[in-house]
Order: sequence, then C-alpha cells, then structure tokens
Amino acid sequence: MNARAKLLIPVAVFSVMLGLLFFGLNPERDLNYVPSALVNRPLPVFALPDLFDENGTISSSELTGGIFLVNVWGTWCPPCHQEHPYLVEISENEPQYTWIGVNYKDDLEDARDFLDERGNPFAKTVVDTDGSLGIDFGVTAAPETFVVDSTGTIRYRHVGPINHEIWAEIFEPILAQIR
Amino acid sequence: MIPELGHFALILALCLTVMQSLIPMAGAFTGNVVWMQLSRSLSSGIWVFMMLSFACLAWAFLHDDFSVIYVARNSNSLLPVYYKFAAVWGAHEGSLLLWVLILATWAYAVSLLSRDLPIDILARVLSVMGMVTTGFLLFMIYTSNPFDRQLLNAPAEGADLNPLLQDFGLTVHPPFLYMGYVGFSVAFSFAIAALLTGRLDAAWARWTRPWTNAAWAFLTVGIALGSWWAYYELGWGGWWFWDPVENVSFMPWLVGTALIHSLAVTEKRGVFKSWTVLLAIAAFSLSLLGAFIVRSGVLTSVHAFAVDPERGMVLLVLLLVIIGGSLLLYALRAPVVKGTSSYGANSREVFLLLNNILLVVSMAMVLLGTLFPLMSEAIYGEANKISVGPPYFNILFLPLMALVAFFLGVSTFTRWKRTSFSHLRQQLTKVLIASVSLGIILPLLITMQIKPGVMLAVALSLWIVIGLGKDIMDKTANKVSRIAGLRSLSLSYWGMQTGHFGFAVVILGICLTSNYSVEEDRRMAPGDSLTIGAYEFIFEGVEERAGPNYMADSATIQVLKNGNDYLTMHPEKRRYYARGDIQTEADIQVGFFRDLFTALGDPRGEGAWVVRIHYKPFVFWIWLGAFLMSGGGVLAILDRRYRTRVRAGSAAEKARGDRVTTGGEATV
Repeated sequence: MNARAKLLIPVAVFSVMLGLLFFGLNPERDLNYVPSALVNRPLPVFALPDLFDENGTISSSELTGGIFLVNVWGTWCPPCHQEHPYLVEISENEPQYTWIGVNYKDDLEDARDFLDERGNPFAKTVVDTDGSLGIDFGVTAAPETFVVDSTGTIRYRHVGPINHEIWAEIFEPILAQIR
Repeated sequence: MIPELGHFALILALCLTVMQSLIPMAGAFTGNVVWMQLSRSLSSGIWVFMMLSFACLAWAFLHDDFSVIYVARNSNSLLPVYYKFAAVWGAHEGSLLLWVLILATWAYAVSLLSRDLPIDILARVLSVMGMVTTGFLLFMIYTSNPFDRQLLNAPAEGADLNPLLQDFGLTVHPPFLYMGYVGFSVAFSFAIAALLTGRLDAAWARWTRPWTNAAWAFLTVGIALGSWWAYYELGWGGWWFWDPVENVSFMPWLVGTALIHSLAVTEKRGVFKSWTVLLAIAAFSLSLLGAFIVRSGVLTSVHAFAVDPERGMVLLVLLLVIIGGSLLLYALRAPVVKGTSSYGANSREVFLLLNNILLVVSMAMVLLGTLFPLMSEAIYGEANKISVGPPYFNILFLPLMALVAFFLGVSTFTRWKRTSFSHLRQQLTKVLIASVSLGIILPLLITMQIKPGVMLAVALSLWIVIGLGKDIMDKTANKVSRIAGLRSLSLSYWGMQTGHFGFAVVILGICLTSNYSVEEDRRMAPGDSLTIGAYEFIFEGVEERAGPNYMADSATIQVLKNGNDYLTMHPEKRRYYARGDIQTEADIQVGFFRDLFTALGDPRGEGAWVVRIHYKPFVFWIWLGAFLMSGGGVLAILDRRYRTRVRAGSAAEKARGDRVTTGGEATV
C-alpha cells in the first residue's frame, strides 16, 4: 500500500463509524419496541435452568394462562439495581401480573444473594448464563422487560429501568389494553 | 427580560464566532495582519457574551423563573441554593451552554497566553476554534435553546433536579470533564493550523504541549470525580462499570495520554510528526463522539440525557464536518509534515511509540465494545443485537495496561536516539529482581494467600516506582549534594515522574480493592452485629429525618474497632418530594488504607432492614493516583521553559518571522 493510501485509513474508519451512528439514529429504530421480527410473535421456545432449583428447568410452555412480565437482569448491571426496588413494590401491589426473571450472563451465587437480600419480585427466575435466550429475545442491554399476554405472545418490549412514572405511563395503558 | 438578554447574548456570540471563523483565517491566507489581529479581540468578545449568557441562565435558576422551560424542568423552589446554581448544567441544554462557554474560555486563554505565538499561527488556531464554536452555537440555538420560555401558564413550581445529581461530586464533575473534552480542541486547532501551514517543528510542539497537558489534567480529574460519584452516590460500592457514557469519557483520555507522550517526542526529536497530528485530531474527535453518544440516545445508558433523534442528526452533521473535514485535510496534507530525524530500534522513541500503540489499541477496544450492540444490530438485523458486558472489557483491558506498565518502566531508562542493550540490562536487572521478588513476597506475607493477579499487579507498580526512584537517585548522584541535585531537576521531569507514580498508585488501588474487598449484604434487626476484620458493625435501627427537599430513612450503625468505640455511621434512603424518586445515600468513612462503606437497602419488617456493609482496602488509592497523575500534568505545565521562552524567545522569534529554531533541549 502506498503512503498516500495509508493516510486515507483514518477517513475510511471514520466513514464506517459515521454510517453506523447514522443507522443508530434511524427514527424507525425505536429502542422501546420489539424488533419487527418479534412483533406479536409467540415467546421464543426455551427450557433453561431454574435459579433456585439446580435440577429443575423452566420452559416457555409454563408462561401461558395469564399476563407475564419477563424482566431480563443481572447483578452486574447498574440500572437493574436502580429498578429493583420498584419491581419489588409493583409485584407486591399488583399481584395479577406474574413476573419472570431472566438472570442474564451473571454469577449465580451473586444473583441468588441479590434476590434473597433485596426481595424477590419474580415468581420464577430463569438462568441464561451464556445469553442464548437473550439473543432469542433480542436483548440489547439489561434491564429489559417484555410483556407477554395470556396466549403467550410478546406484546411490548421496554428497554431500560422501570420506575413509577414509566410503569404508570407506559405499562399500565398497555396492560389495560391487553387484559 | 433577563432570559431574553441571555438568548440575545447567545446570538451575538454566534455572530462573533462566524466572524472569528472567517476573517482571521482569510487574513492568514492573504497576509493581512489587521484581519489576523482581529482574532484576539473577537475571542475576548465571544467569551464575554458567553459569560453573560451563562450568567443570565444562572440568574433564572437562582430566582426560580419557572417560565423558562429548562428551569421549570430542572429546578424547584425547595432546592438548596447551591444546587440551584449547579442545576444550570444539570441537563442537556444547560450543559451544552457550559460546554460552549468552556470552549470560548479556552480560546480566550489561548489568545491571552500565547503572546509569543506568530500571529499567522494564532489567527489560524483561533479561527478553527471559532468554527467549532459556531457549529455548537448553531446546534444549541436551533435545537436546544436553554432560554425557551412558556410565558402563558408558567408553572408555579419546578419539577426538581434529578436527585442523583443533587450531590457535590456531580456538580463539579461536568465542569472538569468538559474542561478536559473541550481543552483538546486547542491541540486539535494547533494540529489543523500545522496541516494548513505545513509547519510542524519543535516550536509548534512546545506551544501545543502545555495546552494538551492542561486539558489532559482536567479530564483525568473529571473522570476520577465521575467514578468517585458512582462509588458513593449510586450506592452499590462499585466505581467503574464500563457503561457507554463512562467509556466515551475514557476514550479521549487514552488518546490524550498517547498524545502528550507523542508531543514530547515531536518536540525533542522531531519525529512522529504526522502521528502526533493524527492523535491531536483523534483526541478531540473522540470528545465530540462522546458528546454525540451522550446526547443523541443511540446507546442506552444510565447517565445519558433525554433521547432526541433530531438533535442527534444535527450533531451527526457537525461530526461529519468537523471530524471528516479534519481527517480529509490530514490525508491530503500529512506528507508535508513528515519527520526528519532517525532513531534506533532500541531508543526511547521506540518505547514511547510502543506505549502509544498500546494506548490507541486500548481505545479502539473500548470503542469497539461500546459500539458493538449497534454493529451487531446493523449487520445481523434487529433481532440479533448482542451486548458485551464488563467481562469483555476486563479481559482485554487489563493485559494491555500490564504491558503499558512494563514498557513504562523500561522507557524511564532508555535514551533518545539509541540505547545500548548492555546499558539497559545493567540499569534494569536490579529493578526487575527487586520488584518481582517484593511483588511475590509482600502479598504472600500480608495475606497468606497466593493470587497470581495480585502479585503481577504489585510487581508492576513496584517496577514503575522503584525504577523512577532509581532514576531520580542516578540523576542527582553526581551533584554537590542530594538536595542541590533534586532542585536542579526540571519541573517537567518532576511532572513526568509524579504522573507515572500516580499511574502505579492507581494500578495498586484497583488491584487490591478488587481482590481484597469484603462485601456483606445482610438483613439486620436492631441490635444485630457484623464483624469484618477488626471492625464490628452494630445496627441500631432506622429513624425518619426531614431534609430540605426530601424525607429520609436514616440508619444508625455503631462501629467498634478492636472492641472500642470508633465511629457512628448514618446511611440513608431518601424520597424526594417533587419527583417521588428514591435515592440511597451511602455513608463512607474514607481512610488511606481502607474505606468503610455502609448503605441502606429495603425494610424487612419489624424494624429489620437489608444493610450493605463493605470493607474496601486501598480504594482511595484509585482516586489518589488519578489526582497524582493530574498533578503531574500541572507540574509539567509550570516548567520554566514554557515561560522563559515567552519573554526571551518572543522578540527573537518575531524578528525571524516564520523560521523558529529547533534549539537543543538540555532537559529530559
């Protein structure tokens, strides 16, 4: 490669990055909706270990016959710590929804301690150590929360932590609609 | 009226920056001295109007003028006065105003302190800074005006500042960080001026160095403050999360670190010229990229500002023009500034280049990790977004930094141009034996555990510290007395050694606190106790306490040391009235060798609470080291040669016009 061409490398690298950032800005790429491929599609099929029962597994078929909130979290994820007290409170105040935790790429010992000490909003917690379920769900970054209706269909995806405001403004209308 | 005045000042500043970007640059090309001279008065004018504008926004905050939308969203009449002022930069619009004010301040400082700079260089530098300022002022006035008002139905009360930001650490963190980010615009503008004139010599490097050191020192403190804030305010005892927003502040720092070293080589030896220019462009470009990522919402993060794709698009255009333009200019003009001298394979130049490459590779790795979710989505479609967590960063980053530490120790003993292997071997053997043996023995004796990672880290920091101690001893050995010898060493030498010492301290702090922290999260009823080492923590219960704009559950924890009364700690959980947000306020007793950290979790009935108690050895050293590094940068700026040259050199340099000597340097 001649010297002139080498000098163009920074421009080339920058152009690629700029393209990527432009893609990231695409207004249709709304972080808060399920990717089009999953819109109103059934829950991905899975059978993964139970966090609190080493020999037990939890499978996707168990998530039917009610409204489920699937929350993807990990103890390594700061915003998950932030939303946790709200999840505990919401799960206590509104028992009509069942929360399922997906413990994502985490240390299981830490995860169990975390729930023991800070309260466990989840009816069940699925272990997803290698992130395979996360890929099926299209998880970008923990925490993410999926709303699954009584037919086992994903109806909504929320990226980022939940608090009272978000619960009241985003989740409650959606839950009222699908009930 | 006052907010309109602020808005008007902003528009006047914009008019002046447009003039600043055109007239002095045109003057530099046509040789019109009057046009070039204009750059000085324009930069002071821009600074005055930016200050005025900032003061108006601060006035609106201090007087609870909730007709200003930005004030209504980020302040509250109950907010303590101090936080009302800090709330000026508490969200996107105001922090952007601070950003531009700081940019104007740097430009004004350059115009004041660079009296010896040839006027054509100064005009180009200030013009380039003017262009950047113009871009950001346009962005602010069109998409993010902090002075927008709602005169009809102005709310009676504001929504309050985000409680996470109601904290001393976070009020000083953004100004320092921005001083760092924006400070790299000076090195950037010097680089563009060098590309335009084709003139890049030792004098150019000498002008650029203090500015770059200053920006780097500010950025170092800014990052350290951010990490310190995360440690005590987020309430779970971590101090670095590899969060996208942390990463974007860290990338310019890594490149800035490479840049200050590369500038040293360019000044002393006249090589790595085009590499130095590229680093100067890259450091500021990464700062801009950081501004984009934080303000556009392409990546999700705890710290990011409100998401707005339209703002993002305007920022992206700014990025395209500023970064794309400068890199294109680089591609066209870099051959003009090629280095002239040569250097051997075993010289100080080579070791500095090695560390430069390692730092840039580390940056690339952080960049890749940060943008990875976006990349995998772009390539494999939306269903295949994959995120990388802290494991990715730790696996790649720690070995790279270990190599940096190793080469740093070697380069202390190398000489410019070439160093003989026998000289190096003779100098380094003892240092190597001492650091490796102490690195193995000390952790073993103190903890009775074998942890190879700890031993390696301790050995590496000793490798740096013993090496620099030996270097100082060697340099003063032949002087009349040791004290006279120490005095004869230049401030920039002390700056370098202090900075490197700080780096060793950071390594030790990170390694020891990661490996030996004791972290207990426990359900405790009143009277329960927990013992960690010599300390016994007794939980006495939780009481309600009213703060100025919040209600707190405040715990009382008695701490005994070896069975004797030691101190009482009060970690809190606060609920802020205006937003109803809950915020944990950790109580930390900071110590030189260890921190005691307590935070309050959730109530568990019958007076019992989840209590988080951490014993964190050497965690203070992380920030101590960062401040030492920054202090090193400051010492280097204060070196006499930057000032004596100003007086002695200015007349001579002016007389010689463009030709400036590359005079020999006696110091390091």
